[in-house]
Amino acid sequence: MPNYAYIALIPLLPLAGFVVLGLFGRRYLQRFSGVIGTAVVFVSTGLALWAAYQYFFGTGSTSLALRSHPFIMLKANWLPFSPHLSIDLSAIIDPISVMMIAVVSLVSLMVHIFSLGYMKGEERFATYYAFLGLFAFSMLGLVLSGNLFETYIFWELVGCSSFLLIGYYYDRPTAVAAAKKAFIVTRFADLGFLIGILILSFQAETLDIRTLVQRLTEPGLQLTSITGASFLGISAVSWGLSLVFIGGAGKSAMFPLHIWLPDAMEGPTPVSALIHAATMVVAGVYLVARLFVLYGADPGVLHIVLYVGAISALLAAVIACTQTDIKRVLAYSTMSQIGYMMFALGSLGYTASMFHLFTHAFFKALLFLCAGVIIHQVHSNEMQRMGGLRKTMPLTHACFLVACLAISGIPPFSGFFSKEEILLAAYRANKLVYFIGLFTSGLTAFYMFRLYFSIFWNKPPEGHPHKILLVESIPLVILALGATFAGFIPFSRLMNPDGAPEVGSVFSSMAIAPVALALLGIGIAAYLYRKESDRPAKLASAARGFYTFAYHKFYIDEVYLFVTKKIIFNLIGRPAAWIDRNIVDGLMNLIATVTARISAGIKGFQSGKVQDYVLYFFAGIAGLAVLFIYIYT
Amino acid sequence: MSQVPLSHILIVSTALFFIGMYGLFTRRNMITMLISVELILNSVNINFIAFNKYLYPDRLDGVFFTLFIIAIAAAEAAVAIAIFINLYRNFHSIDVEAADELKF
Repeated sequence: MPNYAYIALIPLLPLAGFVVLGLFGRRYLQRFSGVIGTAVVFVSTGLALWAAYQYFFGTGSTSLALRSHPFIMLKANWLPFSPHLSIDLSAIIDPISVMMIAVVSLVSLMVHIFSLGYMKGEERFATYYAFLGLFAFSMLGLVLSGNLFETYIFWELVGCSSFLLIGYYYDRPTAVAAAKKAFIVTRFADLGFLIGILILSFQAETLDIRTLVQRLTEPGLQLTSITGASFLGISAVSWGLSLVFIGGAGKSAMFPLHIWLPDAMEGPTPVSALIHAATMVVAGVYLVARLFVLYGADPGVLHIVLYVGAISALLAAVIACTQTDIKRVLAYSTMSQIGYMMFALGSLGYTASMFHLFTHAFFKALLFLCAGVIIHQVHSNEMQRMGGLRKTMPLTHACFLVACLAISGIPPFSGFFSKEEILLAAYRANKLVYFIGLFTSGLTAFYMFRLYFSIFWNKPPEGHPHKILLVESIPLVILALGATFAGFIPFSRLMNPDGAPEVGSVFSSMAIAPVALALLGIGIAAYLYRKESDRPAKLASAARGFYTFAYHKFYIDEVYLFVTKKIIFNLIGRPAAWIDRNIVDGLMNLIATVTARISAGIKGFQSGKVQDYVLYFFAGIAGLAVLFIYIYT
Repeated sequence: MSQVPLSHILIVSTALFFIGMYGLFTRRNMITMLISVELILNSVNINFIAFNKYLYPDRLDGVFFTLFIIAIAAAEAAVAIAIFINLYRNFHSIDVEAADELKF
């Protein structure tokens, strides 16, 4: 087994960058902070790619069967409570964690480089890079953590850095509100995660992921029908897995906890590319994949994962078709794609899901970075303000087109391969979900090309070519190459839940339907949006009711507001406030008032006159004398 | 010469005690109050001596107590008069009513 000890450096280097930039950045290193942050992440990326190469392809790389058993590195005993319960810090090495550190650090590096140009001249430039470093540290730590409790720590850390970066423009009330919303919604879901961890670790009597999975899947143990431990007729382990999934659904913006993701687009665009498209939002998928053996053994919970993923994928795709803010369209598309990954896991398509996660990171980060360039050029997020940009921004145009083709699943771009595998897995597992996925892939092509045509065609080209900075174009090109060629990586031979090589049938007849649907979607988008016309408006008014319904995101935000403001605030918040104000505070006030009254009454005794004191003294003596006489006679 | 009965002496000392107490309560002049305190102390001295003489004539405990009380009374007088001087400097009076600022 080759030595992977250097893997600890991968998260720790960005942490060092965060500490240095956070402490000294604003005062001393303002101009160099970007370079420092980028250099540190560059080294991390190098190490991560080397680790991935060594693990998957290098000499002495382990065989597939061996690889399905993760091994633990760098184990450190952190909190020993008792011989049976201790919390260790460790790094877990298995195909998905190695794949994830490569993806996370690579996308992170691209975003660091891109931000050198994009965020130039910002007042809090150093703070921005410090936060990016913190995020990179937490995300890399999250994917490497080999202990559920450690996962939870990093899970909260990514939530925290996401909060900081969404609220980066803290002078905008919308950004502040979005940051709070993201934090509260994910925190709410994390409560489920925490309880789930406690239940699972209580059942398995360990927090170590590998041991936990082993113990809970022992053949003698009837996982879903543990007679001793159940609640409401569902076994404790199923409860634990469902609660953990709630945490994952919150972080991954699954229906109905997705409401924070579109608002999170208030953050700087490179941040959206890194956190809210490529890495952090797939943490939920990663979490389910990490415990996949457990989920796979529990059909009930697997069904929840399946349907939540499918509903999210479809719902988000429908909403994305009606939105006009370019970043919001991309946000809903992210949610839809993560829905794909979820239902792939739900239909036992472990490899397919991870493959889609991998390719999605490339093309979605690319889309967001392109959107950033476009937004800087147009100074608006609204699609109506754009149009005809294909001549003025040729490089962005090309990259955006590549990413759109990839996400729509057109061969030979990367999205095609991963989406085929997902649909194949869904076809084997559940026909209904398969058709939802098929329909969604057509919708995906439609809304992505609606975006593409609205931005780059629609209006006649005008203006001079926009000059794109070198630091902005390098990441675009690298990611575009990734989005094009990532699909050719033979994923099913690299990772697998049980070690048996999966039979890939990518180029079968299964591929015809989704590609045809995608082409149809592109065709409709071209017909509606290629030239400026009133066709989209006509279509919208023809389906007025449904259009308004989808345009307002199915009023899910409003439902949440109703539930929180009207029901929770009125029925729980107000009575609780009343009790706090009148009973808890009242008790304290009563004690204070009584004390004050009594002291006001007796303070006259301290008159300052010596003879009064003499009087008390003799009265006391006389009283004691009387007392003693009474007692002793 | 017949001995004076103990009760007579006790009557004298009790009278002295209450005279002192009366002076302590009614006088406003601090020096008079100090004198009243001395009266109270001396009434106690008389008691010690009398009980020593009448109850335990062969022992000297009461006498020693009295000697100590006289010594302490002298020291106390010195301290008290020093306090009076300082009070006089601050209030330009040795009336106790004037020095009533140390209160609630």
